[in-house]
Parts: sequence; structure tokens; C-alpha cells
Amino acid sequence: MTENPGNAPLRQPEPAAGDPVAMAEADDALPKRTDPRTFVVQALQVVPRSILPLVAVGIAMRSDGVFGPLMIFGIVVAILAINMLFTFLRWWRQTYRVGESDIRLETGVLSRAARSVPYDRIQDVSLEQGFIPRLFGLTEVKFETGAGGSDEIKLAYLSNEEGARLRELVREMRDELDSPATSAPAQAAEEAIAAREEEAVPVLFAMGPKRLFVFGLFEFSLALVAFLGAAAQQFDFLLPFDIWDVKTWQGLLAGPGEQIAHLGLLGQVIGAVAAVVSLLVVGMLSGIVRTFMRDWDFRLERTSKGFRRRRGMFTRTDVVMPVHRVQAVQIATGVVRHRFGWKSLKLVSLAQDSGDSSHVVAPFAKAEELTPILKVSGFPLPPRGLEWHRTAASFRVVSALFAVVGYAALAVGAAVLALYLQDQRYSWLWVAALVLAGLSAFAAIRQLFLWRLERHALSPSHIYKRTGWLAPGYKIGDRVKLQSVTIARGPLGRLFGYVTLHLGLAGGHFAMGGLPRAEAEQLREALLASMVRTDFSRLVK
Amino acid sequence: MDERGQQTGMGNGINPRLDSFGDVDGQPLRQGHPNYPKAMRVQALLVATPILIGALVAEYLTPFPNFVIAGPIALILAGLVIFLPHRRYAARGYALSEDRLRVVRGIMFHTDTVVPFGRVQHIDVDRGPIERYYGLATLQLYTAGSHGDVVTLSGLSHEDALAMRETIRAHIKRESL
Repeated sequence: MTENPGNAPLRQPEPAAGDPVAMAEADDALPKRTDPRTFVVQALQVVPRSILPLVAVGIAMRSDGVFGPLMIFGIVVAILAINMLFTFLRWWRQTYRVGESDIRLETGVLSRAARSVPYDRIQDVSLEQGFIPRLFGLTEVKFETGAGGSDEIKLAYLSNEEGARLRELVREMRDELDSPATSAPAQAAEEAIAAREEEAVPVLFAMGPKRLFVFGLFEFSLALVAFLGAAAQQFDFLLPFDIWDVKTWQGLLAGPGEQIAHLGLLGQVIGAVAAVVSLLVVGMLSGIVRTFMRDWDFRLERTSKGFRRRRGMFTRTDVVMPVHRVQAVQIATGVVRHRFGWKSLKLVSLAQDSGDSSHVVAPFAKAEELTPILKVSGFPLPPRGLEWHRTAASFRVVSALFAVVGYAALAVGAAVLALYLQDQRYSWLWVAALVLAGLSAFAAIRQLFLWRLERHALSPSHIYKRTGWLAPGYKIGDRVKLQSVTIARGPLGRLFGYVTLHLGLAGGHFAMGGLPRAEAEQLREALLASMVRTDFSRLVK
Repeated sequence: MDERGQQTGMGNGINPRLDSFGDVDGQPLRQGHPNYPKAMRVQALLVATPILIGALVAEYLTPFPNFVIAGPIALILAGLVIFLPHRRYAARGYALSEDRLRVVRGIMFHTDTVVPFGRVQHIDVDRGPIERYYGLATLQLYTAGSHGDVVTLSGLSHEDALAMRETIRAHIKRESL
């Protein structure tokens, strides 16, 4: 099945006829297509994507009297049909095979691509259910190799059962490769334990609707407002009047607007307050809706295979992160939510989350809720009595000088421009100059606080970095799970005597800036000493 | 260039001026092959020539007096071709110890990287046409880290690069058994 796979006879899934699971197992050696319903789902997904071009066609022809509505209808049908045809061909020409040592995927309508992923390179298998596939009981299976991005193998879509079966199969294959010596009884015992655990796995962290609501309030977002504004600009030709023309508005508001204008200053203030309040309400609402959709029924469990995270309302994802693949953890917060004691916890892992290199295991939690998760992940909070070191004072002075001088130069520029223009319309430039001057002072104060607060420490097993001022966070790395250590020094560091320590981390980045040189060298020595004790092959197992 | 070439003429000589960042387990830094600055000079020449031609064309097309454009550019390029390769060569070094490789490079932006052999995923020995002519090779160590995932060591003699590859490979094999 290496050449011309499209012409080889392919077995269609045969429903009924005996035990379906046994049938599927027997079929594994043969190349298979994804679930036939995939075609329906993808065709349905094509429709919303085709709407914009269709609208464009419709508008382009709107003025053309020659083309009747029938013609437009014909074009619409043709576009949809072509899309459907390609969707079908793509599905028809995509096969996968579960082999003895790897998974093979062949795709492409005209140019064919064959990809093979050996089991021992698969970090994990994750399942993702979009809204439409979920209606059909289908799921997208992703094989995470740590390569990230487009290099990952995806199978869209398989039935839920097939997805779960494949996940188990890949894990078994990988474990077999890892430990060929494991005897059958031992494996059976392990499976029995796993089965028992499946029934009652400890839930490490979960979020109910109440928590989600509070979370949503903090996820305040004006993205929707911006989107509506942008949409209004894009599609203003569809509106019956020109919304960017002030006169139109004056005309429209001639009745009530006049009255508001006559109310004087008080009325204008009330109007401004109302505008701000409505903006806030829209921002909060969109934050809450987004949070509910993304994190609905968030559950983090400790299974025998590792952390298992399930979340999502319409698109439900189910990700398992093996504990030993966690490379580092990151505790973060926001300026406002920090005042209320809310934090988030991310795991930096070899396997990649969709679109993000780290796995959020607790997006909105109190400190005491994080502690057990941290303990399970093997990245405990810094113990008492650690020696915490500050960054070099010269580094903070240089950073402060650059920020202060930079903002001050911009402020002076704005002020000079305002003086030069001498125009009432440009009086906002003075405001800009004031704001920039404020930022300049703020930058200096910020560096002072960062000098006091940003610290790092080395415990016998971990390296800790405390970051931030108004939204303080932690980054915790394992001294053994580092890949390389680099000391870097730019021209400024050379002048003022500080360096940056970069720690190579699989799936992430751990850098400590502004260290005195001697200290960076000491740190490197200590880290290297713990790194060379363990080989990489023992790290990933 | 010859004066410096004499100084390091032994090939892979120990570079006493270089050690800006202290030793790692007492290993002194070694310099690349003496042919390395020559190779860098040829590379610099290949970059400089089209720029110089561009400057001369600009000179010809614009009404400025002679050599207002091409003069300074030619001077800068000459500096880059004649002096810079030796400075860069002098700033680079490496140290291979029992279980790790240290690579030091950079004049303005100085970096000093250490990779334990136990973290190397795979090893490349690359040779471009210029390197081939001078009998040089580039050793590349790949790690799983996102930052500094490739550690590049240029300017080794081909035999040295192959020998280092074998050393590191033997170490990895021993460790993962």
C-alpha cells in the first residue's frame, strides 16, 4: 500500500455483522477511510464559509438587470456543488492505517502525501469535538508528536468509539515498545487497576457555572465591540445610510438629539456615562459568553495515564497529559483578578495544545486549589528557607532609563507637534503628551518595584522564578528536565555588567534576564550538574 | 592576517584571550581550524561583492560627485572583509569535555551555550562548498528545547567534526542502554 493507494480496493466499514470492535481490530492492518459521515460534516462546514463569497457575488450582480434571480441561484448551486465535490474527493483520497510500529496517513487529491508517525514518537492522542461533529457523534483525533503546529497528524472525523479505541490502541502500542519485557499477567493486572481507576478517578479541579460566571466577569473583552465596529465599517454599504457621516446622525437625531443638546452639560455627562456603561456591559457579556463556551463543565482529573482535562460547551475537548511529560509550570494572574486572589496554572508540556504550547489545567483558581495540582505534577511550590536572589540593580537602572527616556521623548514630540500646529482640532495632542509623560514616570516606578519583587531561587530539585509587579506570577522548572543552558550578553549588558540566562526547555522557554555574570555562571554550573546525571531517554519515559 | 595565523597556526589551539565566561569544569576553550577565518572571509566577500556593485551602479546613476556613495560603502565593506573574520574567529571557541559541549561565540552579542550529551537528540555534520574547499565542517547538535534547540559549531576540521560526532554518539548510546 505504498504506491497508488487510491486504486487499491478499500474496505468499507461494514455495520452490524458480528462484534464491531473485533471487526475494527482485525481491520487495523488495512488502510481505512475516516467515517463516511465526515463528508456530511465537512460539507455542512463548507456552507457557512461559502456565504461570504456568495454574498459578494449577489452584490456584484445586484445592479445587473441582465442576470435574473434564477442565474444567481444557479451560480450559488454551482459554487456549493464544487465545494461538495472537493470535500468528497478529499475524504475519498484520505486513508489511514494503524500499523505494527507506526500510524500512516495518506492524503491529497492530486498530489499525494504519505506520513508515518512511529508510536514511540507520539506524545499523546487528544480528541476534539466541534459543534457539528458532536451532533453526529464524531470526533477529531490528533496525534501529538511534540512537533507542534501543522506537523501534527489529524484524523477528521472518526466515530467517538473509534477515536477512543484508537487512543487506547496507540497508548498500548507505545507502552509495549517502551517495556517489551512486561509479562501478560502484569499487564492484565495493570489494566484491571486502570479499569478500577476509570470508575473513581480523583477530580483535581472542576469549575461549576457559578465559578464560570465570576471567571467570565474577569475575562472582560472589548473584542466583540471592536468586531461590531469593524463589521459596520466593512458592510456599511448594506446599511440604508452612511453611518460615518455626522450630518446623517444630526438629521436622525433631529428630534430627540436636539432635546439632549438642550439639556446642556449635565445631559452630555449623562450621555457619556451611559455610553461607557453600555460598553462595559457589552464587554462583560462577551467575556462571560466566551468563558462559558470555552470552559463549560471544566474537569481536571488524575487518571493512571496522567492529567485528563475535559472542557467546552459546543466544542468539547478531551486531553490527557502524562505527568512525566510536564516540563515546567507557570502560575499567572491578572492585575485586577490578583486583588481577589484568582490565579491560573499552565503546564508546559512536550505535547502541544491546539494553538497554544502550554496546557491550562486550572484557568481560574484560588491558591489553595492549585497546591494539590502542583504536588501531583511534581512541581511543588517553593519550600520555605530558599535563598531568593534579585536581578542586578544596573539592569533595572538601564531598563528604567530606556523606558523613561523613550516615553519622555514621545511626550515631548507630541507637545512640540501641538505647539507647531496651533489648532483647536489637535488639542488632543496635549492629552497624549500628558499620558506619555505619565507612562514615563510609571515605567521608572515599575522597574523599582520589579527590582524589589522579581527574584529567583534554586532548590535541590527545582528552579523558581518570581515575575511581575501588579500581576505577580511564578515559573517553576525542573532542574533535570532542561535541555541546554546559554549565557547571553548584549552590548548593554557588556557595558553595565549583566547577562541573560536562557534555559532550553522542551515546549517552552525559561529565561532569566539581568543576572550578574558571576551568579549566572554559578547557576549554570549547578543546573548542568543536575542535568548530566539523567539521560534524555529516561526523562520521557 | 598572517601574524594572527601564525599565532594559532597549531590548529585547534587553545585560545587564552577568549575565556570571558570562566571555565566549565576546568576545560580551556579551543579555537576552530586556522582555515576558518579564510572561509569566513570568502563568505564575507560573496556578500560584499553584490553590495559594492549596487553602490557603483547607484554612483553612476546619481549626479553626486565621484565616490560620495561608493567610497564610504567600499571602506565599510573592506573593513568587514579584511578585519572582521579574524575578530569573529578570535571570539569563537568550544570545549568538549566528558559529558558536555560548550560553544562560545559573538562579539557584540555574546553567547555561551552548554549542552550535556545526554540531551542531544541527533547530530548533523554539514559541509558547504566553501567549507569543503578549506577542509572544514559544521557540527550541529539538536536538542528538544524550544530555545537554543540547535547548537551550531562551525570552523572545525572535517576529521575533528566526525570524531566529535562519534564521541557524542558513543556517549548517547552508552547512556540510553
